[in-house]
Amino acid sequence: MEKRVTFKGWLLPLCLIAPQVVISAIFFFYPAGQAIWQSLFIPDPFGLSMQYVGLGNFEFLLSDPYYRASFLTTAIFSTLVTLVSMVPALFLAVVADRLIKGAGTYRTLLIWPYAVAPAIAGVLWLFMFNTRVGVVSWYLGNLGYDWNHVLNDTEAMGLVVVASAWGRISYNFLFFFAALQAVPKSVIEAAAIDGARFWRRFWTIVLPLLSPTTFFLLVVNIVYAFFETFGVIHTITSGGPQQATTILVYKVFSDGFVGQDLGSSAAQSVILLVVVGALTVFQFKFIERRVHY
Amino acid sequence: MKHLATGALIATSTVLAPFMASAQTEIQFWHAFTGRLGELVAAQVEEFNASQDEYVVVASHKGNYSETLNAGIAAFRAGEQPEILMVFEVGTATMMSAEGAVRPVAEVMAASGAEFDADAYIGAVKGYYTSSDGEMLSLPFNSSTPVLWVNRDLLEGAGIDPDTDLSTWQNVDAVLDQLAEAGVDCPMTTAWQSWIHLENLSAYHDVPFATKDNGFAGVDTELAFNGPAQVAHISAMGEWAQEGKFIYAGRRNEGGANFRAGECALFTESSAGYAGIKEEAQFAFDVRPLPYWDGVGNSPQNTIIGGASLWVMEGHEAADYEGVAEFLAFLSSTPVQAKWHQDTGYLPITSAAADATREAGFYEENPGTDVAVIQMTTNEPTANSKGLRLGSFDQIRGIIDEELEAVWTGDKDAQAALDSAVERGNQLLRRFEQANR
Repeated sequence: MEKRVTFKGWLLPLCLIAPQVVISAIFFFYPAGQAIWQSLFIPDPFGLSMQYVGLGNFEFLLSDPYYRASFLTTAIFSTLVTLVSMVPALFLAVVADRLIKGAGTYRTLLIWPYAVAPAIAGVLWLFMFNTRVGVVSWYLGNLGYDWNHVLNDTEAMGLVVVASAWGRISYNFLFFFAALQAVPKSVIEAAAIDGARFWRRFWTIVLPLLSPTTFFLLVVNIVYAFFETFGVIHTITSGGPQQATTILVYKVFSDGFVGQDLGSSAAQSVILLVVVGALTVFQFKFIERRVHY
Repeated sequence: MKHLATGALIATSTVLAPFMASAQTEIQFWHAFTGRLGELVAAQVEEFNASQDEYVVVASHKGNYSETLNAGIAAFRAGEQPEILMVFEVGTATMMSAEGAVRPVAEVMAASGAEFDADAYIGAVKGYYTSSDGEMLSLPFNSSTPVLWVNRDLLEGAGIDPDTDLSTWQNVDAVLDQLAEAGVDCPMTTAWQSWIHLENLSAYHDVPFATKDNGFAGVDTELAFNGPAQVAHISAMGEWAQEGKFIYAGRRNEGGANFRAGECALFTESSAGYAGIKEEAQFAFDVRPLPYWDGVGNSPQNTIIGGASLWVMEGHEAADYEGVAEFLAFLSSTPVQAKWHQDTGYLPITSAAADATREAGFYEENPGTDVAVIQMTTNEPTANSKGLRLGSFDQIRGIIDEELEAVWTGDKDAQAALDSAVERGNQLLRRFEQANR
């Protein structure tokens, strides 16, 4: 039986949700509406004139093989970022959870990278892997491996994925760690008495109990990979070599702010909005069914 | 008592300061310079402000070239635009098409009665920023052109005469072979590949980069840099890249670090690289004219410029434009220009400033600093070498970068890559045409 708490009257509940509604309206609905409106025009950069083109911007984009290819690049990139940021985070959280001494220090150190802004993280990683002065690329060179992400697309993709995922590991760690602490000890002890070893207990008890957290992080990390990794890509590869790391959101930026093509840029934002919306609905419809709360 | 008096004096002057300032007309100047260049701009502004008391120029740094242009555009849309905006050369077509947002420099100067003679400016520099009917639209501020930088020590170490003739790519080709054989890891590298190896290559050989006089004659222009001269050059560079004789370091001027560290023997880069190379290089270096392919087109014609110019924006009081005109006249004056040219390695914008520099013996003391000036001014610019005026050009350069990278890795041959760059670039030109109809 579900428990419901109801308000008497309308005024108080309205007041309570008003700030959220106002913020969403100003910072989400208004700009999103403007993007949809702008996507129907080809304006000049200074806003002096506008040409109505209907769905012309969308037609232009979807008939461009490079734009279509950037969907695949985005899919690969966000899958990799999500995996690389979640799996190590879970591992570290499990290990930290078992620590008895020095757990505080360990946790603090693990959380630090989250404080680094994506663009700065990009510069740091670029510095380590710089083809000329990078420490890592120098060691790789000594081992006989010639690192060159400036021309090698796989290496470029690898570098932007790691640089984007690095800071997120901290964020994910925090959530996993909190969730692990919330797993009732009695259940685990009962399983241990029944003779289940660590990995067995992990797979059959801990992981299912972590599923709400994992699902939440999955959604949040995909959204992160789609939108917030812009700084990393901009500082490390600018979308290159060729178009190997041009993800959708980077193309929105380069068309809008390098090309001053606001019509195409707005149309891309709308497409991106639809894609992420669809993805989130999909996740809630199909993956959430496997989640136990 | 004395303290009290001083205190009162300070208090009064603080209160009065804003009123005194408002008696002067303030002129906003947004630029893209940091570091040493930023200091030099600040010094120019300070000198102007001290020289008269009617106007105060306020210089603000707004990020790199692209960011400064975007800041100017966003400010215009919000009605907060500065009087003077620095725009890099690839943004020229965007600014030109913005009728109603910008006021041609020639018009500003004529209205104010400030000293202004369009003929005093060097043709190859001014041409880039002049409309097809001869009206100067923006004031060239910092202009440079690509040259060949040579590490003499590396050449000597490889058993090559450091004074060997490197004026043609044919000669460079032979030298690259020798360098590679001698085990030099980086025989050649470049900065700004599209600007140097396509835009300037086309102008230097007097072949079109785009139709309609490289866009000067209309926005219905189409790219044309997939012609035989350009394909032959890119194909040769592609072969050098495959053989390890040309090392690609990145889309911007990343290669500069390799050259300054003494790793690369030859380096194609802007003449404005002078200050940095002189400061850091621990080896003997030379500035040579950019090589050309002997027998291709009308080479060597002249190279074109890169850099930025100052645009005057619409929407201000008449008095503001008087001040703008005074400031622009000050920047063009011979002593200011000559000093700027000598301090930065940028080209002088007036012939008088070039003459003053020569007379002062600067070129003799700093050999090679006049290479760029000579390369720009020896021949009268043709329709193919006046400059480029293409919409969305910053983005087209991005496309060219992508396609050239495909050549350097060997994924595409030069013809296929340039054809594809032309086709993709043309789509952007058509959109630009539509936006500015």
